[in-house]
Amino acid sequence: MPLYHNEDQAMLAETASQFMAEEGAIAKQLRHWRDRECKDGFGHALWKQMAELGFTGILVGEEDGGLGMGHVEAGIVLEEIGRNLTPSPFLTSSVLAATALKHASEDLRGRYLPGLVSGDSVFAVAVDEGAKHRPERIACKAERSGNGFKLSGKKDFVIHGASADMIVVAARTSGSDSDADGVTLFAVPKDAAGMNHNAVRLVDSSMATHTTFDNVELDGDAVIGEVDGGREVLNALLMAGRVGSAAEGVGVARGAMDMTIDYLKQRKQFGRLIGEFQALQHRASHLYSEVEIARAAVIKAQQLLDAGSEKADLMASVAKAKVAKAAGLAVKEGVQMHGGIGMTDEYDIGLYMKRDRALQEFLGDAYYHANRVAELSGY
Amino acid sequence: MSDLDSFRSETRAWLEANCPPEMREPVRDEDDVYWGGRNASFKSDAQKAWFEACVAKGYTVPAWPKAYGGAGLNPAEAKVLREEMSRINARPPLSSFGIWMLGPALLHFGTEGQKQRFLNEIARGEIRWCQGYSEPGSGSDLVSMQTFGEDKGDHWVVNGQKIWTSYADKCDWIFCLVRTDKDNKYQGITFMLFDMETPGVTTKPIKLISGNSPFCETFFDDVAVPKSYGEDCPGFVGQINRGWDVAKYLLGHEREMISGAGGGDRTAAIGAAMKRATAKEGGELDPILRAELAMFDVDALAYACMGEKFLDEIKVGKAHPAQPNMMKYAGTELNKRRHELMMSVGGSRSLEWDSDDTDGGKPARNWLRTKANSIEGGTSEVMLNVISKRILDLPGA
Repeated sequence: MPLYHNEDQAMLAETASQFMAEEGAIAKQLRHWRDRECKDGFGHALWKQMAELGFTGILVGEEDGGLGMGHVEAGIVLEEIGRNLTPSPFLTSSVLAATALKHASEDLRGRYLPGLVSGDSVFAVAVDEGAKHRPERIACKAERSGNGFKLSGKKDFVIHGASADMIVVAARTSGSDSDADGVTLFAVPKDAAGMNHNAVRLVDSSMATHTTFDNVELDGDAVIGEVDGGREVLNALLMAGRVGSAAEGVGVARGAMDMTIDYLKQRKQFGRLIGEFQALQHRASHLYSEVEIARAAVIKAQQLLDAGSEKADLMASVAKAKVAKAAGLAVKEGVQMHGGIGMTDEYDIGLYMKRDRALQEFLGDAYYHANRVAELSGY
Repeated sequence: MSDLDSFRSETRAWLEANCPPEMREPVRDEDDVYWGGRNASFKSDAQKAWFEACVAKGYTVPAWPKAYGGAGLNPAEAKVLREEMSRINARPPLSSFGIWMLGPALLHFGTEGQKQRFLNEIARGEIRWCQGYSEPGSGSDLVSMQTFGEDKGDHWVVNGQKIWTSYADKCDWIFCLVRTDKDNKYQGITFMLFDMETPGVTTKPIKLISGNSPFCETFFDDVAVPKSYGEDCPGFVGQINRGWDVAKYLLGHEREMISGAGGGDRTAAIGAAMKRATAKEGGELDPILRAELAMFDVDALAYACMGEKFLDEIKVGKAHPAQPNMMKYAGTELNKRRHELMMSVGGSRSLEWDSDDTDGGKPARNWLRTKANSIEGGTSEVMLNVISKRILDLPGA
């Protein structure tokens, strides 16, 4: 498959690009909700609009009312989200939770997917149990109790945790913390007794929670996939999330880069446009190269994932690591090349730096994924 | 079975029958590479057999038209052939600047007479060509070249000096940029073709930091270059004084080639191989070195995706015309890093300049050779200038 968008995908890109630039623009969404200290960190009206365009159910199968598209298409939407810093539950709900629910029973899918597709529901995913992404270790426990389970433990960095109608939780049903087996995924509803959210606003003004589970009683049918066999679902969810957040990261990188290149063409110092200075031209050209290469890695990872290739896992980590480096460079160069104005809240470039920082940590940073590349390559 | 599938199975069968086992080994020495030319000799019967089979089939230049010695393969078929050859590690039957550089220029700008004569000679490996571009004062600023051809009616008299002429001492003919109008910087250069045995041409090898001498200084002292080699066969490519158009076109090809966009070694991950190499020596990778290898592999694997994307986009005309500059910049910087890491993994062993263990200092010589990657064919700095100007559209760039 060639590494560029086909006609249908190019059309989707045009729709997504126009919609996010108009409706999802920084002033209209990110700044708007941030300045009102919105407890969700995003606007539900926009989420409904995204549903009307079919975006919310892009990865949901047609039999469940979705569009039944792939990760290339989800990535197209995510890149535009990134470019406009549009706050939305798309990544957690439509990519991560939707991927998990693909493995769920018909009953669970019927309970949750219509709300996702219609834009009435928002989902979160709870994997991490510390400040760094270490999904190899799951300590949060779910013990059998009657027909169901009792869930205890804590989860960190649960994006939209307090706003979510349902949280996909990875918990241990047997074995010890670092065993691959013995992990089970649960769909925990919003009103579950014993679940507590300590909500925190992050640097990019998104909302996350430290969530605790104190003997939360769950029905047996809250299980997504097989009891003790959840690692496979978890891996699928993580891979989709990594490739998805890499796509959003490419959008952040391109947004920051475009803004910076524009600025180089307008700002005068020493009586010249600063874009005339070779010191800045070379850094801008280097940045362009890195962002283009990262973008190629992302589309390759998306295609491999959609094709069900066994190479998808390696390429997902390559993409996540490469984007983290390239987008990190884009925002740092962006702020530096903007000079003093880049340090002001009024100007948007700093918002890109904040979003990039949050995306880098989400589902593993460049170090985590470079290490994975080494392990998957056998060294 | 689609046409392409049946082409693949035919190709596989043909390679099985015609590519000798000795030609399926990695290239180890310079004489494992066959360059052709008037003074060429084969290293082995296998090399000769493989070369002759390919010439007969048009596989020294598979994508060229049959009339000019090629096999007339379309891009999809050419890709299949490349894949099938690389599957069995087949060596290229013929390496030549005629194939990589002059051929594409003649296919694009040449007259029918030039194509008939020169392309066929190249395809059959009869004439070995070198490239006369750089001059001592004109490296990155190529267009400032001084070598001058004085118009004498039916011929020019060329005087001047070229440098970095690859294998000039072993080549038969040169394609050469010569100034023919001193008043016009860009539109005063002619792309000439002439025999290296023409009186007045001399060459002198330059010894490099790698200890090898692939490059020469080339001197022209009253060299008479004919304007024509017969009917419809001019002694220059394109138009007189418009050689810069040809050179620019060719530089695009050269950058693509140096960037390694087509894949192969220089875009591959190395961590696993380096670990195996260290384990053989009874050592293990230092954790910080392992981390550097992992970061390199991320970059290399991502660059390989870019190479694939770039070739896919070229096929359908979606690639930006200046994208080869980006590929050249990123690919050569990556290749330098790759060899720095390989030297680090090799430790003191990789320092050995002439031992059997290192096959005559291969690691060190290869490492030193890569330092030219970001200089030859346009420096990294020039590539960045081009990206600034043509892709990012920065002011005054």
